[in-house]
Amino acid sequence: MDEKAPPLIEPLIELKNSGLKVRDRWLVRGVNLHVNRGEIVTLIGPNGSGKSTTARMALGIKKPSEGNAAKIANLRVGYVPQKLAIDWTLPITVSRFMQLTTKLKKDEIISALKMVSAEHLLNADLQPLSGGEFQRVQLARAIARNPDLLVLDEPVQGVDFNGEIALYQLIEKLRDQLNCGILMISHDLHLVMASTDRVICLNGHVCCEGSPKTVAESNEYQSLFGTHAAATLAIYHHQHDHKHLPDGRVQHSDGSITDHCNHDNHDHNNHEDASTNINYEHRADHEMGEA
Amino acid sequence: MLDDFFIRALIAGIGVAAICGPLGCFMVWRRLSYFGDTLSHSALLGVALALLLNINIMLAVFCFVIVLAIVLLLLQRQESLPSDAILGILAHSSLAMSLVVLGLITWAQVDLVSYLFGDILSVYKSEIAVIYIAGAIILGILFYIWRPLFAVTLNRELAEVEGIKATVVNAIYILMLASVIAVAMKIVGALLITALLIIPASCARGLAKSPESMAIYAAIIGVISVVLGLYGSLYLDTLSGPSIVVAAMFLFLLTLTPLTKIFK
Ligand SMILES: [Zn+2]
Ligand SMILES: [Zn+2]
Repeated sequence: MDEKAPPLIEPLIELKNSGLKVRDRWLVRGVNLHVNRGEIVTLIGPNGSGKSTTARMALGIKKPSEGNAAKIANLRVGYVPQKLAIDWTLPITVSRFMQLTTKLKKDEIISALKMVSAEHLLNADLQPLSGGEFQRVQLARAIARNPDLLVLDEPVQGVDFNGEIALYQLIEKLRDQLNCGILMISHDLHLVMASTDRVICLNGHVCCEGSPKTVAESNEYQSLFGTHAAATLAIYHHQHDHKHLPDGRVQHSDGSITDHCNHDNHDHNNHEDASTNINYEHRADHEMGEA
Repeated sequence: MLDDFFIRALIAGIGVAAICGPLGCFMVWRRLSYFGDTLSHSALLGVALALLLNINIMLAVFCFVIVLAIVLLLLQRQESLPSDAILGILAHSSLAMSLVVLGLITWAQVDLVSYLFGDILSVYKSEIAVIYIAGAIILGILFYIWRPLFAVTLNRELAEVEGIKATVVNAIYILMLASVIAVAMKIVGALLITALLIIPASCARGLAKSPESMAIYAAIIGVISVVLGLYGSLYLDTLSGPSIVVAAMFLFLLTLTPLTKIFK
């Protein structure tokens, strides 16, 4: 069921069995990933699971220690980092921030700000902006470059539930208008954007991948979130054939335990063999267990 | 006109201040004062080396500072960032070493004060030419790499993801810094170069709304400091290098007052 035909169009970015080793330690290994134009791919996993590392490899900032990383020529990326602290010694307005990496015409700046309903902030100083305002300005900056690929690292972090829904709806709208690919990184292991095409669950390796189930289909969640929010969010069901032990070792479905995920005898993509349907619990780093 | 030592000093000082302003802004934004101190203090070792080998001082300082900067950059690339402690050890041990070496040079007359605090009043016409040619090149390069350098300064990761070669841009900046230190040695001396870089830039922070205006204000404030400092040293008969820094400091205190609101 997961044997997809190779994509007819060239993916914007692609990782083939890639891994990155730093000082004899594998941060992440055996990742296969591609993002096509118009597609939303979400990387989920607990802190330290290699999400950012994977994104860096895919974007060509870090060269994989094994496997391949490829991207289309002249890939234009718009990036919204997880945390962007603007030092107080930097005097900067929204309009100048919008042109951080690319010089833009004034009407380009204004139309990008309009797309996120922040055109009134054009000449405002950047530092005093509220978290939500700054998040929207960052999105505007990323899309003003007219990117092929939008990379959003934890875009809803620090935003309240209603803000999260609004931001997801905005991102979906931007995807439709710009026809770009979107690579999103999230630490929320259960709730993802409903329009996510593929979810890749990482914890030092790809634990499982698939597409989310829209919340709207479930009456239970509809009553929990309200119909409006339920249409925007989706539940992702994990299917793991192994378990991450608290000490970082991996226990496989046959009961055997290895120091790290063993790529030779344990196929992560084989979901049909998955004996259990696993839900994560939010625990401390690296502790991913069966509920 | 250039025959008057005071006019020569003014022209040289204005040239150096104009280069220091914009480069100093990046030093403030990137919190590189310690790094700058380390480079400029060790510049004195370049002087000692030049006297030992009997070669041009400015050239020796430039080469020496670049070598040291590359070593520091390599340390940074190994992701074991040079800590304040390492920078402090390098700065002070190289300062001490150069003072010892200069003390050992008995065959040449060494005016220690002029290396530590500058000797702007004895600047030659040829040195003025070097300052303005080097200055034009440095500011030209800075103008050319301004946007990427600023982007890397604001957030390296963001700049890299969006296609900027951060390592190259950073290396160019360090090279420019090394050149400025070599040129500014004569004006304010090894001990006070960092002051001429960061004080005008810090003054400008209170006045500016954009990085570009901060750089321009920093250059203007640096020039005013040089003029005030030189005239002050003339009337009070004080050391010219420290007088320039004191003038800059007074301007900085002035920017802390509500007066700055007028500019905004
Ligand atoms: Zn796993
Ligand atoms: Zn999973």
